Amino acid sequence: MGKKLVNMTASKKTITDTALLLTITIVTFLLMYLVAIFGLGGGFRTFQAFFDMLNDKSALLIVSCGLSVVMIAGGIDISVGGVIALVGMCCVIFLRDFGGNIFTAFLVALAIGLAFGIVQGFLVAYLEIQPFIVTLAGMFFARGMTQIISSDHLNVTDNEAFQKVLNTRIIIPGLGYTNNNGVYMDSYIKIGVVIALIIVAILFFTLRSTKLGRAFYAVGGNRQSALMLGINVKRTTFISHLICSLLAGIAGYVFFITVGSGSGDNAMGYEMDAIASSIIGGTMLTGGVGNIIGTMFGVFSLSTIQKIVNAAGLGDPWWTGITRAAMLCLFLVLQSIILIRKQKGVKV
Amino acid sequence: MANASGTKERSKFLSVLIKIITNQMFIPIAAILILTIVNLVADPSFFAVRYGTNTEGAKLFAGNPVDILNNGTALALLAIGMTFVTAASGGQDISVGATMAIAAGVIIKIVSGSNTTSSTYAHPLIVAVLVALLAGILCGLFNGVLVSFLNIQPMVATLVLFTAGRSIAGWITGNLSYKFSAPSFKAFGQTFPGVPIPTPIIISIICFIILALIFKFTTLGLYVQAVGINENSARLNGLNPIAIKLSSYIILGVCVAIAAFVTVARTGTFISSTFVKDIEMDAILAVALGGNALSGGKFNLTASIIGAYVIQYLKTTLTALGINAVALPAYKAVVIIILVIISTPSARAWFVRQWQAIAKKFQKVEAKEVA
Repeated sequence: MGKKLVNMTASKKTITDTALLLTITIVTFLLMYLVAIFGLGGGFRTFQAFFDMLNDKSALLIVSCGLSVVMIAGGIDISVGGVIALVGMCCVIFLRDFGGNIFTAFLVALAIGLAFGIVQGFLVAYLEIQPFIVTLAGMFFARGMTQIISSDHLNVTDNEAFQKVLNTRIIIPGLGYTNNNGVYMDSYIKIGVVIALIIVAILFFTLRSTKLGRAFYAVGGNRQSALMLGINVKRTTFISHLICSLLAGIAGYVFFITVGSGSGDNAMGYEMDAIASSIIGGTMLTGGVGNIIGTMFGVFSLSTIQKIVNAAGLGDPWWTGITRAAMLCLFLVLQSIILIRKQKGVKV
Repeated sequence: MANASGTKERSKFLSVLIKIITNQMFIPIAAILILTIVNLVADPSFFAVRYGTNTEGAKLFAGNPVDILNNGTALALLAIGMTFVTAASGGQDISVGATMAIAAGVIIKIVSGSNTTSSTYAHPLIVAVLVALLAGILCGLFNGVLVSFLNIQPMVATLVLFTAGRSIAGWITGNLSYKFSAPSFKAFGQTFPGVPIPTPIIISIICFIILALIFKFTTLGLYVQAVGINENSARLNGLNPIAIKLSSYIILGVCVAIAAFVTVARTGTFISSTFVKDIEMDAILAVALGGNALSGGKFNLTASIIGAYVIQYLKTTLTALGINAVALPAYKAVVIIILVIISTPSARAWFVRQWQAIAKKFQKVEAKEVA
């Protein structure tokens, strides 16, 4: 009886890894934002400041969610930045030279994401090649293809429907602010934010309460025991890569309708930003631990620290990189200390 | 009788063939052979090595083979360190490009002082190199502490310096573009007067010799391997896994500093944001192409070094074939995927099965002939 109790508490403890890391992330973000509001004021006091962050980071939010899924399932995908650039470039060419419209462009984005997902997923899951190498090649391929298609910075200028989408603002009632001239401004978000939030909601539900979602955690936590449980490990790995690349395709589309241009340098370094966001959000690269809500707050935290640095007068471009790295480092150390202590506690 | 011995010879040949295919060096050497054939078909003059005077009037060897060895130096040095890190900690350091930028930034800042364009030393070169070495070691130490003491996966731990490195280099150099053109500085990246071989090649050979001596006279390789295969049993056998992991990162730090010095001396210019961009990916690739498991454990340094030169060979070949530099990654990706697919266990098993099937057919035909 006593033994059973100990076992139960031990298993409860391991389950709460995800919850604990999530709590730390959310609390840190809220503290940071409160400090910014009261300490730096200005740009942080309106709701629009927060919505602007969403507008800027909607594509990053989507790819971060994708990376969280892959990382929970024990893999990694560094091709996402390249896929975003490739999708953007293809959409521009599609709209300009092939007379496509904004909806069929979305299909193009999905097709590119799907193609990357199928190839990479197959190589990783069924041929058992290291995901890092496969997606590294994917990144090279996507970036190179973007440059082959065009090495210029292309803009869509003459497509009216596209301009309409690009400039669409979804007004959020009641959260507006009065600007310096005393004019009341409505707060708004862009279409990309809606897409991103829908994806967050769907993934949150999938990971939390579907068979597939639980399979991701099982495979990432321990492949061997997942196999024993009767989970199709290979298929689960394949699907995780498929989802990630598909989301990268969607993120490419969102990036495209937010920025409105295609270039080989678009979304440079997004893969590492997304990984960093996932880690700050409590996802572990070893797999089996993570949460989509945490990832969302990871994205918010990273962009908030950027804003704080700028608002605090550290205008030099290098401060952003250094503070973001410092924050990442802090979270890593925190997580590792918690886990080490926990492991010791369980052993005793 | 004659037929029986023939079959025996054939089966012997088959077993040798299987051994070759399953050998670790198979992929890099196969890659070299394929690239050589492509070059021979496309343009045999690719391999011409000339001895003559260059634009600056110095006598030296030139030609694509020399260029490959010359330009591949930094990558080969990184591959050495990366192999150690991979073997000991079962993960890769993705911050090498960023730490190279730090080390190179330190060097160029110290030698050129406050002038962004100069050709006279503000401080002696040796000071700059030593400080760069120190910077490289410190970066390695930082990564190593995160990995070994705090048990963070290497890729995540080095993500910190990956994010910060170029910013730190920008901080050191004030985000300015530097140009330092003292002849004795550039000699380290090009050639010394009177020496017909590019200096980077000489530097790389010296490093390889030192490495070979270390392997001959110390047990470092064995220890690294032991920790990589099973950390716990290594500890139970009296090794200190933390110290060994840490030292592998420090070795990488030293390699990074030397590579940075060679690279910055080659052109004498430095911009923090574009200096050796994406070299970390190539360095990891070199280790993988060398047939080393990226999950750690057993390793083969020679294979990694050859892997590094294969990547440089590939780049030079693609450039010689007239492929635009910005489009290069796409072609590189295709080659990588083909090589990696060939090297997967299932693909190798397939090859072996095919060979065996062919051999069986031959045997049947022979049996019929005998009857």
